[in-house]
Amino acid sequence: MELRFEDVDFGYKNQAQVLHKINLTINEPGLTCIIGPNGVGKSTLVKCMNKLLIPNSGKVTLDDREVKDFNLKELSTITSFVPATSMDNFSLNVIDTVLMGRHPYSKIGSEKEDMHIVYGILKSLNITHLAMRNYNELSAGQHQKVSIARGLAQEPRILILDEPTANLDIRHQVKVIELLHDMAHEKGMTIIMISHDLNVAARYADKIIVMSTPGVVYDVGEPHEVITKEMIRYVYGMNCTVVDNEGRPHIILGSALSDEEVYELHRSESSP
Amino acid sequence: MELPWKKYNDTVQMDVDEAQMMRNYGQYIYRKYIFIIVCIIGALLVAGMATTIGPYDIGFFESYSIIIDHIFGNVEDVNKDFVIWNARMPRIVAGVIAGAGLAVAGATMQSTMKNPLADPYTTGISAGASFGATVAITAGFSITGGNYAIVANAFIFSLIPMAVIMMVSTVKHASPTTIILSGLAVMYIFNAMTTVLMLFADSNALAEAFSWQVGTLGLVDWESIPIMFIFTLIGCIALQILAKKLNVLTSGDEGAKSLGIDADKLRLISLLIVSLMAAAIVSFTGIIGFIGLVCPHICRMFIGSDNRFLIPASAAFGAVFLILADLIGRTIIAATVLQVGVVTSFIGGPMLLYLLIKQKKEVW
Repeated sequence: MELRFEDVDFGYKNQAQVLHKINLTINEPGLTCIIGPNGVGKSTLVKCMNKLLIPNSGKVTLDDREVKDFNLKELSTITSFVPATSMDNFSLNVIDTVLMGRHPYSKIGSEKEDMHIVYGILKSLNITHLAMRNYNELSAGQHQKVSIARGLAQEPRILILDEPTANLDIRHQVKVIELLHDMAHEKGMTIIMISHDLNVAARYADKIIVMSTPGVVYDVGEPHEVITKEMIRYVYGMNCTVVDNEGRPHIILGSALSDEEVYELHRSESSP
Repeated sequence: MELPWKKYNDTVQMDVDEAQMMRNYGQYIYRKYIFIIVCIIGALLVAGMATTIGPYDIGFFESYSIIIDHIFGNVEDVNKDFVIWNARMPRIVAGVIAGAGLAVAGATMQSTMKNPLADPYTTGISAGASFGATVAITAGFSITGGNYAIVANAFIFSLIPMAVIMMVSTVKHASPTTIILSGLAVMYIFNAMTTVLMLFADSNALAEAFSWQVGTLGLVDWESIPIMFIFTLIGCIALQILAKKLNVLTSGDEGAKSLGIDADKLRLISLLIVSLMAAAIVSFTGIIGFIGLVCPHICRMFIGSDNRFLIPASAAFGAVFLILADLIGRTIIAATVLQVGVVTSFIGGPMLLYLLIKQKKEVW
């Protein structure tokens, strides 16, 4: 399945434009990480992928058909979105929460099959023991897994996650990302996630999209192509050293640039 | 020395197999059905009991046989038949309908707004209805006139806040907070206007307006029941059909949208249903508070937040609760009838507090 952005501009009502002329193609299964500093439009970008937001101009297409022309139900069988999790009033137990992911397919008499699918997903995420627990009783890491399970229950071809590793300790971060990486390859899915941890992204992603101010795509490519000290300096305003870690780039952070230096850098250089 | 690791290993969770999970889930669902059935049986028993209690002494089983005799047209004792059928039954039937309808309305509002404090009145329904009724009572102005002047006014005015919310929601984004706040804004406006009217009212009208605002089942007769019944029945069925979708709203608006559900639209549709249902009820009974707020919470403590079960459970529990409250109101200081709205708050308040303190779960 090919997801393509063509000259996409987006701005929230009465506010400055967030995305500028985004051109992007994601057409191979695997794990794609979107990185970039705060407020650069990463969440806005992923929300344009599944009609949560509709671009002001330009086109977002799935296999050459515009995303805005899909109805929500149809779209929900192709893409699924795992929002940044939070505690909710009136949460359900884990089975019922994951069963929600079956909603796009639900029909009378499909309960047994849905339960079978849900069990398979819980098992693959090693959380069958949580099945009967209430969602709100779980820890942050468990929330994340349950949310991912719900996303998977939709059997999407494209799974989109908004910072799935926020609030997780390093071990759980790595476990969640390893899981996503393996799933993308085993099931031939396209998984797109926003990440703030560059080293984790560099280690596990098949492809990295770097976003930079003012809401543009700075670079797209494999980790060793895009994770460079020039990129970190320009996009994040940080000095660093990039070393090799088992064939993957690894960043050792140095000092932060001053505001004036960042300003000068952005003024004198244009993105490649 | 015993290492903490050993302990950790002992508590590592074992995989649950599929059959076991199905069994556990089956039992979990089964318990919810049991609760609903218990509530329905409770409603039937309490309703039966309520027909026997009153100044005119009629036994428990006798009451049922009088009702059955009346239905089949072979009335034996005209007096008893009158007491049961005309004096007590409308009150009880109205209690069942109003209790069920208001509790379902509350459950739906709380689920769609994801706010435990939401109830049918948060949308300004009560304030609108109060104002409509007060206009009819104090100023003598009504839209229809005749016997149903107050009812018609209350109904029409209670829908105004909903119209305002719909308008605000289409201009702005229909988020739960916007809806609740616009409901509150309309509520304050109507309350202020009601107060002004009452300041200028004579004492009889004032007493009537006040009693309307506390809520009573005493004003309902057989003629008004079909209207209440039809609105409530259709409303409850519609919400039950939507229940599965309402569950999806717990995953957040964006989550719901990516599951194929337009959260804003669903919220407005359920709000419209709730408003019509609650308006049809409060127009006849006056403002009966607390049922819509408390009954769903009590049911949640027993069966959780799954709307597929919460809606019928709230309906049955609300019915039991309201008939019981009315029964207590009629008998506790006999001869004087305590308004049911007052009793619901007197029982409901402590009951909710007790359950909040007792419940083991720390989450909703």
